[in-house]
Amino acid sequence: MPDGAMFSVTHSIQIKGAETDITCAEDQMVLMAMEQQIHVPSPRPVRVGCRRGGCGACRVKVTKGDYTTQKSSRVHVTEEEAAEGYALACRLSPLSDLELEPAFLDPRRPADQDG
Amino acid sequence: MSQEGLLRPGIIQLRVLDMEESLTHYRDRIGLDYVSTGEDGRVYLKAFDEFHRHSVVLREADSAGIDFFAFKADGQAAVDGFRKRIEDYGLAVEDVAEGEMPGTGKRIGFTIPSGHRIEIYADMELSETAPEIRNPYIYKDEPRGMRAQRLDHCLLYGPNLPEVEKFFTEVLDFHIPERVDLPDGTLAIWMTVSNKAHDIAFVNHPEPGKLHHVAFFLEDWNDIGHAADVMTRYDISRDIGPTRHGITRGQTIYFFDPSGNRNEVFCGGYTAYKDHPTRVWDGNHVGRGIFYYERQMNDAFLSVVT
Ligand code: FES
Ligand SMILES: [Fe+2]
Repeated sequence: MPDGAMFSVTHSIQIKGAETDITCAEDQMVLMAMEQQIHVPSPRPVRVGCRRGGCGACRVKVTKGDYTTQKSSRVHVTEEEAAEGYALACRLSPLSDLELEPAFLDPRRPADQDG
Repeated sequence: MSQEGLLRPGIIQLRVLDMEESLTHYRDRIGLDYVSTGEDGRVYLKAFDEFHRHSVVLREADSAGIDFFAFKADGQAAVDGFRKRIEDYGLAVEDVAEGEMPGTGKRIGFTIPSGHRIEIYADMELSETAPEIRNPYIYKDEPRGMRAQRLDHCLLYGPNLPEVEKFFTEVLDFHIPERVDLPDGTLAIWMTVSNKAHDIAFVNHPEPGKLHHVAFFLEDWNDIGHAADVMTRYDISRDIGPTRHGITRGQTIYFFDPSGNRNEVFCGGYTAYKDHPTRVWDGNHVGRGIFYYERQMNDAFLSVVT
C-alpha cells in the first residue's frame, strides 16, 4: 500500500533533525511517508536506500511510541538492537505517534567484524 | 573456437529474506522462468532466452546479499587449468560436488581479495525449455514482466581493488574495457571475459563481500521503458533511471528486489574486444560516466549495497 489506504488510521511522526513532523498511516512505512512529505532538495533526516529492508540506509532508533516492523536484514538490526528500539524505517509502521532519531551505521570494515 | 577458457557469467546465488515475495519479483515482474525448488529450499530460475538449466538461484536467509557469482568454462580441462593457476596465485580452492545444484556438474570455488566468492564450472544440463535451435521462433511463449533475456553481469563492492584487478586479468584472463582512477587509487573497474562491455565490475568499498547489483539483459530501450511501467504498476522500489551509463554506454534502470538487493535491467552497451584500449575516467567526470543524463552520481550509488 504505497500511498496508504484511503481511510486508514494515521499517526504523527517526529524525526530528530526534521523541521516538521510527518504523518504516517498504520498500513504505510515511515520511510515512504517521509519521501512523500519531505521533498528533495529539503534535507531528509533519514537516508533513502533500497526501501526494502536490505541495505541499512534508513536505520533509525524509535525513542517513543508503539510500532510494527516487517522482515529486514539482520546484519543491520540484530535481535538485541530491535529490542532496544532500532529499526529500518522502510520496514516500520506506526501504531501510535512516534518519536525517532536517525541511526545510520557506516560500512563495517573487516576490523570491526573481528571485534 | 577463439574464445577459450571462461565463456560467460553462468550462475548467481542471492540471499533473500522471503522466498514467496522474491519469487513473485523474479518470476512475475522480471520475467524469469521458475525451474525447480531444491530439497534445501533453494529456488532455481532461468531467463527465457538462456539455453542452460538455471542461472539465478535464490536462498532464503536472514540477510540480503550475494552468496557467489559463477563463470562457465568451455570444459573440465579449462577448470582444472584455472584451479592450478588460482592455487599458484595463492588462493585456496574448494571443491563443490556434482549435483550440489540439480543438473549441474562439479564446481570450484574461491574467495577473492574483495571478500566475494567466485566459482567456475564446466557442465550444466540444457534446459527443457531452452530456446529452439531448428528453424527457431524468437520465443516459444511470449516473455513475461520485464522480459529479461538473460543474466548479464554483476557489480560487486569490496576492498583490495588492485589485487582483484591483478587476479582477474592475470589468472582468469579477463580484460578491462573501462575504469575510474582517482588521485588516491582506483575507484572502479569493469571487466569482461567475452566481448560484452562487462561481465563483472568492482567498486572500491571498505566492507568486503557486498553486492551493488545484478543485471538482466533486455532487448532495447523500448523494453527499458516497459520495465519502468511494470515497476510503477507493482510498486517496485526504483533507484534511478531509465537513463544511460556513460561507462559501457548501456541503457538502464536500477531498482530493488523485495529484500533490498539492487537489480538492473540493462540493454545496449558497446562491444569490447581484447585489443581495444581501456577507457579511463577521472574524478571530475565520473558522474557522467555512471549516469550519463544526470551527469552526477546519486547518493545511493556509492553507499547502498547488500
Ligand atoms: S532503505 Fe534500505 S534498509 Fe531501508
Ligand atoms: Fe550494471
